[in-house]
Amino acid sequence: MNATWSRFNIISIVLGFAFLYLPIVLLVVFSFNESKLVTVWGGFSTKWYVSLFHNRGLMDATWVTARVGVISASVATVLGTLAALTLTRYTRFRGRLLFSGMVFAPLVMPEVITGLSLLLLFVAVGLDRGFLTVTLAHTTLTMCFVAVVVQSRLITFDRSLEEAAMDLGAPPVKTFFQITLPVIMPAIVSGWMLAFTLSLDDLVIASFTSGPGATTLPMKIYSQVRLGVTPEINAACTILIAVVAVGVIIASLANKRREVQRQRDEQAAQRG
Amino acid sequence: MSAVTAATSSPASAAGKSGLVRLGAAFVSRLVIIVPYLWLLFFFLVPFIIVFKISLSQTAIAMPPYTPVLDFRSGISGFISEFGALNFDNYTWLTQDALYFNAYVTSVIVAAISTVLTLLVGYPIAYGMARAPATIRPTLLMLVILPFWTSFLIRVYAWIGILKPEGLLNQLLLATGIISQPLIILNTYTAIFIGIVYSYLPFMVLPLYSSLEKMDHTLIEAAKDLGCPPTSAFWKITFPLSLPGVIAGCLLVFIPAVGEFVIPDLLGGSQTLMIGRTLWNEFFANRDWPVSSAVAVILLLLLIVPIMLFQRAQARAQEQDQ
Repeated sequence: MNATWSRFNIISIVLGFAFLYLPIVLLVVFSFNESKLVTVWGGFSTKWYVSLFHNRGLMDATWVTARVGVISASVATVLGTLAALTLTRYTRFRGRLLFSGMVFAPLVMPEVITGLSLLLLFVAVGLDRGFLTVTLAHTTLTMCFVAVVVQSRLITFDRSLEEAAMDLGAPPVKTFFQITLPVIMPAIVSGWMLAFTLSLDDLVIASFTSGPGATTLPMKIYSQVRLGVTPEINAACTILIAVVAVGVIIASLANKRREVQRQRDEQAAQRG
Repeated sequence: MSAVTAATSSPASAAGKSGLVRLGAAFVSRLVIIVPYLWLLFFFLVPFIIVFKISLSQTAIAMPPYTPVLDFRSGISGFISEFGALNFDNYTWLTQDALYFNAYVTSVIVAAISTVLTLLVGYPIAYGMARAPATIRPTLLMLVILPFWTSFLIRVYAWIGILKPEGLLNQLLLATGIISQPLIILNTYTAIFIGIVYSYLPFMVLPLYSSLEKMDHTLIEAAKDLGCPPTSAFWKITFPLSLPGVIAGCLLVFIPAVGEFVIPDLLGGSQTLMIGRTLWNEFFANRDWPVSSAVAVILLLLLIVPIMLFQRAQARAQEQDQ
C-alpha cells in the first residue's frame, strides 16, 4: 500500500488538514493577545480569560448550556439506542419506512425549519419557552445522531452471542443487558458525546425554542459576535475547544485501552 | 387492556414460565419500537403539520407573537372556524415578492456551487487518506472528525478574523506584496463559499473515505497492467466505484447548506441573500409567524426530493453492510 501513497496524496492531506486546523489555531493564539484588536499581535496575556470569568452573563449561559447538554444527551442516548435497535432488529413492521424517514431526515434538515416547527409545537400545546423546551428540542435532534452511531455498531454485531445466551436459557431482556449492551457500549458512549457536543454547539434551534432565563452559550456568543470580534469571545471559544478536545482524547484513550484489553482476553482465551 | 391480558395470559399460564417470558419479551420489543416512534411522531412530524397549518392562517389575524395560534382549547367549533380562515395569501405573497423568490434561487445556487467546491476539496483528501498506510488511517480519520466536535459557530467566527479587510489573510497578502489593496472578501458570496466548504468538509470527506477505503485496489493495478493511463483509470474505475460516497457526501452538504443561517449571517453580511436568513429575520425581526411558516414549507418542498434520496442512500448503505 505504501507504494501507492504518492506525493500528491500526502500533499493533499497536509493542505487539507492545514485548511481544517489553521483557523482554529489562529483563534486560540489570538485569545492570548494583549491588544484589544483581535488581528494585531500585542504580546502574550491571559487577561481576557480573567475578564471572562467575571462576565456573569457568559457564566450563567455556560451553566444553562451544560445542564441542557447533559440532560438532553442522556435522554437522547436512551431514545436513540432504542431507535437503532428498532432499525436493525425489526426489519418488518407497519410504518417502518416512516420511522426510518423520521430518524434520517433530522440529520440533514435545515436547522431553521426544525427550530421553527418545534417552537410552533410548544406554543400549540401551551408549553412556556425556556429550559425545558430547549432540552426537548435538543433531545429530538440528537437522538437521531445517536441512532445512526449505535446502528452502525449493531449492524456488525455478531448475533450468535445473543443466540448462545438465549439457548442457555437467558431471557431476552437479560440477554440484552448482559450481552448486547456491553458490546455496543463504546458506540453508546460516543453517541452520548456526540449528542452532548451537538447540544453544546447549537445556536439556531436553541434561539427558536429558548425563552427568557434560558440563554445558552452559543446564543450569548452569537449576540456578542454580532457586535464585533472581541478577544474575550476568543477566550471563551478556546475554553470550549479545550473542553471538547480533552473529552475526545480521554474517550479515544479509554477506547484504545478497552481494545487492548479485549485483544489480551482473546489471546488468553485462545491459549486456554 | 385487561381483556387483552386475560385472553393472552391463559395460554401463557398453560405453557408455563417460558410462555410468560415470551409474552414479556413481546411487550418489551413492542416498547422498543413504540417509545422512539411516538417521540419522533410528536416532536418531529406533528410540528411540521402545525407549521403547514399556521402557514395557511391569515397574517391579518391580529395577535401578538406570544399568544397561541392554534387554540385547541377553543373546542371543535373553534377549530372548524379556524379552518374557515385558512387561505393561501401567504403563498401568493411569497410568489409576488421578488425578494423571496430571489432568496430561494440564490440559496439553491450557492448551496450547489459550495457542494461542488467541497467535493473538489474533499475528494483528494479522502483519496489520500484511503491510500495511506493502514496504521495511520485511524489517526487521519480522527483528525478529520475532530473539527466536527468543535463548535460550528466558533469555526465560522474564526473566519471573520481571517477574512476581514484588515484581517490576517489581507495582512499576509499585503506583507508579501501579492496585492497592494486589501481584498474585500468578508460580506460577499465568496466568504459564504469559504464558510460552507470549511464547515461541511468533514461531512464530505467521511462518506467519500468509507467508499474509497472499501475499494479493491487491485482493479487499478490490473487496469495499469493492461496499459490504461492513470487519469482514465481514475475516471473509469475509482470514481464510479466511489459514487455512493460522492452522492452521500453531496447530499450531506447540499441539503443543510440551502437552509444555512449562521454562515450567511456572520460571513455574508447584509449584502447577501439566503433563505435561511430570510426566514430568521421574518420570524425574529418582523415577528410574522404565518409568513415564516410559509417560507419554511416551501423550503421543505424544495428539499423533499434530496432528503428522500438521502434516506434511500442511507437505507441502501445499511443493507450492504448487513
